[in-house]
Amino acid sequence: MGYVAVKGGLSAIQAAESLVQRGRLEGQSPLLQIEQIVEQQRLVVDQIMGEAGLYDEKLAALAFKQAEGDITEAVFLLRAYKSTLERVGYSLPIDTEKMVVFRRISSAFKSIPGGQLLGRTRDYTQRLLDYALLTETKQNQAAVALEEKAAPPRRFSRVSDVLRGDGLLAPLEPSNEKEPFDVTRESLKFPAPRSAVLQTLARGESGAMVAFGYSSMRGYGAVHPTISELRYGKAPVEFQHPITGNPVRIGYVRLTEVEGISHAYNSEGKGGEETTMGNAGEERDDEKAKPLFELGYGLVYGQNERKAISMAILDKALELGGNSPTGDQEFVLYHVDSVESSGYVEHLKLPHYVTFQSNLDRAREERRLAFEKEMQK
Amino acid sequence: MALQDLIAPQESYNYAFLDEGSKKEIRRSLLKAVAVPGYQVPFGSRELPIGRGWGTGGLQITLSLIGKGDIIKVIDQGTDAGVNAVNIRRLIERTTPDVTTTLETAEATVIQTRHRIPEERLRADQTLVFQVPLPEPLRLVERSENQTRRMHADKNYSRMWVALYEEVVKHGLIARATSYPVLVNGRYIMATSPIPRWDIDKLHQSDHLSLFGAGREKRLYAVPPRTEVIPLAFEDYPFTVENFHGMGCARCGSTNTYLDEIITDDGQKIFMCSDTAWCDGRVARQSKEAI
Repeated sequence: MGYVAVKGGLSAIQAAESLVQRGRLEGQSPLLQIEQIVEQQRLVVDQIMGEAGLYDEKLAALAFKQAEGDITEAVFLLRAYKSTLERVGYSLPIDTEKMVVFRRISSAFKSIPGGQLLGRTRDYTQRLLDYALLTETKQNQAAVALEEKAAPPRRFSRVSDVLRGDGLLAPLEPSNEKEPFDVTRESLKFPAPRSAVLQTLARGESGAMVAFGYSSMRGYGAVHPTISELRYGKAPVEFQHPITGNPVRIGYVRLTEVEGISHAYNSEGKGGEETTMGNAGEERDDEKAKPLFELGYGLVYGQNERKAISMAILDKALELGGNSPTGDQEFVLYHVDSVESSGYVEHLKLPHYVTFQSNLDRAREERRLAFEKEMQK
Repeated sequence: MALQDLIAPQESYNYAFLDEGSKKEIRRSLLKAVAVPGYQVPFGSRELPIGRGWGTGGLQITLSLIGKGDIIKVIDQGTDAGVNAVNIRRLIERTTPDVTTTLETAEATVIQTRHRIPEERLRADQTLVFQVPLPEPLRLVERSENQTRRMHADKNYSRMWVALYEEVVKHGLIARATSYPVLVNGRYIMATSPIPRWDIDKLHQSDHLSLFGAGREKRLYAVPPRTEVIPLAFEDYPFTVENFHGMGCARCGSTNTYLDEIITDDGQKIFMCSDTAWCDGRVARQSKEAI
């Protein structure tokens, strides 16, 4: 008979757990070391830290190893770990102008103050499988090393400041939020304040962010920005000293920052009810004197450029509002979190015997009623 | 940093996993929920080591409430043996060394459940904690949280009534199977977690406290003891529970319990109690009588 013994569940779970642990060790290859993941799988570490909202390269690498390379699972591990930690306080806002920049480009201007710095990117590489990596050894690694030493990292002023100086971009207004809304401590309320929007997006799942951002560019929205500046580097994190009150640097985080420029009149208008499809928007009389451009902002942990760009698109799209999916805060913010989305989708694997039994009851009753009705004819 | 340092935090996980500040916050939200029956209280839901959508709301309530001497029972779809129930029970055992677990309904001080209320009537000293996937009963008629909160505030439930009416027109019956909407204390429409309709009467004027937690949706709500819980229905289309057409449990013979339909290896259809603890108890009593 199909009766589930009370102890049955436990032994099955334990067996599954040991299969998971054993499976990783079954092969003949040397064991993966945490340092190898941190140094050689940098981008996956960055993606995990970003989506988890926890900056710790070693723990991210550990999570990646433990999850056998499942990024969503690794993010989940870090998030659960984070729940056990006390909230000490909030750092001072990070000034990305203090960032030591490894890479920095602008697609808006050919020449920018300080110059473009292509840096470490695959953008202009040809995506051909490098068979040499199959048999790579430490010995032939030396040959790959750059002959000339790379230029030392530098600090740069922002491209957007140039536009702001010309009056093309609105001056930065001080935030009216004294302390940020903390999405890890409070549930979202709508309309969500900008700090909540940016936090949620910064922790968003890279794939979901790119899909949503892409939809806005392609036709289900109106935001198609020009990248004023994309920079990747390490920025100092400062904390206000509890006694002296002075800012104290507690470390550095690597960040990707994107500022995307949108033409204000190309947008659909703030909170506008008109459809976003196809109409480039008409000039609004009352806005004539105002700056022509608006910024969307993206900032994510590590080097994750496609996510940072998507965040800049979505930040702008959410600010504009309107009828497109990406203009709807609830649609975007409720669905970009990988722990929530994957958790709920995968919960379908749980038993639903009781609820399905109830569904069967309704379906059979409906069929019976329909049959009776048919008989009466 | 040595590898040893990385492993260290695992040995020092907090009592009941969450930090004390988080648990206190959840208890405060629960007080509000009890004070306003059926109202969904937003709370800062934390990530747990089990999946979002796998009971994190209920588990956060349980972890915030339990302490030394508590006896916990965890059921999933009525059974203590369900893999998810086993997993949640293991996490509670692992993080709260002075709390015991039980399979007996009557022994438990706190019962965490997914989709069922035990057949045995619960007492005033027992707390029932529900895992809730979708706390908003109006979500089916209104997708925006902003709007549904307003509808609750205004007690504007007309669209819910229209939706039920449309079901009658289309299907000849109120087609809602589980998570059947109820009106709590004459004020808020509430989602019943989804328990089957069979269990709804056990919420009405109960002796025990019912607490509901939706982790992913970050909402808590409650039905205190002795509270009116009325399923929505029409006079000419009254509320009905699941009908097993006189079938009984193939194991204990019970004909007054919620049954799971089971297809045996030889293709036969039989029924068995969904509440396995109740079924076990009945079988034990029967064998005692037989002796």
